[in-house]
Amino acid sequence: MASGGNSRNMSRRRFLANLARTVGGVSLLALGIGIHARSAKAVPPEYIRPPGALDEEEFLSACIRCGICVRDCPYDILKLADLGSDNPATGTPYFIARTGPCEMCEDIPCVPNCPTNALDHSLKDITKAKMGLAVLIDQETCIAFLGLRCEVCYNVCPVRGKAITLEFQPNKRSGRHALFIPVVHSEHCTGCGLCERACILEREAIKVLPIRLAKGQLGQHYRLGWEEKARRGESLVNPDSPHEFNLPEGVKYDYETGRVYRVDEATDKVGKSTRGGRALPGGPGGSPAPGAEQMPGTSANPLDVLNRGLQEAK
Amino acid sequence: MAVTPIERLGKDALQAKGFFGAYKWLILRRITQAVIIGLFIAGPIGGMWVLKGNLAGSWLFETVPMVEPFVFLQMLAAGMFGFLTTTVVGVAIVLAFYALIGGRAYCAWVCPVNVITDAAAWTRRKLGITQSAKISPQTRFWLLGAVLVVAALTGQLAYELVNPVSIVHRELIYGMGVAGGLVAAGIFLFDLLIARHGWCSHVCPMGAMYSLIGAVATVKVTSPNRVQCDDCMECFEVCPEPKILPPALKQGMRQGHPPVVDAMTCTRCGRCVDICSKDVFAFSLLTLGKAKRAEPGESVGKEEERGFKKAS
Repeated sequence: MASGGNSRNMSRRRFLANLARTVGGVSLLALGIGIHARSAKAVPPEYIRPPGALDEEEFLSACIRCGICVRDCPYDILKLADLGSDNPATGTPYFIARTGPCEMCEDIPCVPNCPTNALDHSLKDITKAKMGLAVLIDQETCIAFLGLRCEVCYNVCPVRGKAITLEFQPNKRSGRHALFIPVVHSEHCTGCGLCERACILEREAIKVLPIRLAKGQLGQHYRLGWEEKARRGESLVNPDSPHEFNLPEGVKYDYETGRVYRVDEATDKVGKSTRGGRALPGGPGGSPAPGAEQMPGTSANPLDVLNRGLQEAK
Repeated sequence: MAVTPIERLGKDALQAKGFFGAYKWLILRRITQAVIIGLFIAGPIGGMWVLKGNLAGSWLFETVPMVEPFVFLQMLAAGMFGFLTTTVVGVAIVLAFYALIGGRAYCAWVCPVNVITDAAAWTRRKLGITQSAKISPQTRFWLLGAVLVVAALTGQLAYELVNPVSIVHRELIYGMGVAGGLVAAGIFLFDLLIARHGWCSHVCPMGAMYSLIGAVATVKVTSPNRVQCDDCMECFEVCPEPKILPPALKQGMRQGHPPVVDAMTCTRCGRCVDICSKDVFAFSLLTLGKAKRAEPGESVGKEEERGFKKAS
């Protein structure tokens, strides 16, 4: 009995020891994989995902590394990433703009056969693709900035005249020529990389970068006044409420006439009551409040006064 | 006592059945493995698009989708539910196929790593390497669980970053860098020097999943001629999962028990069928779940027969 119990004890102990060993080994392996996965989360900037690719984080959970997009690309620009931490996630598709940019096929053949929607099937218009964003990254070598006419990137751009425009600037060095500066517009740029390949420099001055590197992000709380105005049809700011300049005490700016007045000590009371605390003497549409008189020698531009400083104003 | 010495492994079968008889299933498997790779490459090279993609996901004749259940499982674990109906149909097709013919048929008939590990096992025998690290065959099931946990924690198909099966297969088809070769060499050396049948039968979580898929299947190895078994043990030597053989050979002796290799880890490689000079084993088509191949009464008088065989 006792020996039987012992051997059962022993075998149970061995079983538990083996189990612990297995689970321990597996956990270590899993930990290694997890750490590797975390370190490989961001794609190196020169590797660009095919059109329609989901955001990188989602893409890595949706792409099964089958390479069907590679097969469907008629220009053979797509490659599957090799093992290694300097590469995108093993087996995922990418292209490199400088050597093989996306030719922006109208029917986007790489997308519809993706079996998992890692390349979003809702992308039907290639000009809506956002593979990255071209950035004219070096103004010191771009020959347009050096005063030469180049415009190659502007001319090869498949969203011609929209994604890259030419802006004319005076050439201050020569004093009598124009610079034809290519300017990328993120609204229209698909990140295809044709401009990057076409750049005539030894090393390209215009590069397609991942959006996360190429663009800043405005804080959520910012509102663009002009956009809000367009949306609402009128200004959100009450146009009647006068702007309050940071004027020295006793000096007021009249919104209507655009003039600066010194408020007389004696009539300050009156002024206050008409101002309602914030408004300037006189108020909108009215004449300057009684008791406020125009300072001699003040300019029509109130900023001149500000710039001259308080001493003069007083 | 009748155990065949390792140097004579397979010689009896060769003598009794001839070359094709002794290597029939092995040859068929290698052809199948090569043809599958070939069909994936025929498209880009010859414009013959039978299969497009790779084993993780593909289009058969550009119309039938197929998606690997193992990557799909990782996808779900990673919290990705934005897939398509195509994805689900593709997974269902692959699942149905392997559930029917036996999940691990993938391992022996499709997976390219199988060639590597078979080669390692062969080299092991030739070099007479017998030492082997003790790895529990349950490890792969734990690892399967761990793969899904890691996918959930990282939110991506983390195991696919290192999955040797995907890497070797992909590099065969897409011809990338040296990584595939390095991974293949690593697996070979692991199986050769560290653990016997180490990768496929102990570690690979894909094999674990295919085991589960094929838990109930219609194609199984049976031992209709088990009475002829002369305990030469050659099948145990070549079987990648030798622990699954005794039920078909020993318990099958007992009346009423089906002489079937019933374990879900059977890869249907057919090496046991080939290597046996007495043709004890055969592939059989069974009705789902119910594996009743032994005719009642067959066991009667078998011990005597066995004794006779051994004596002769």
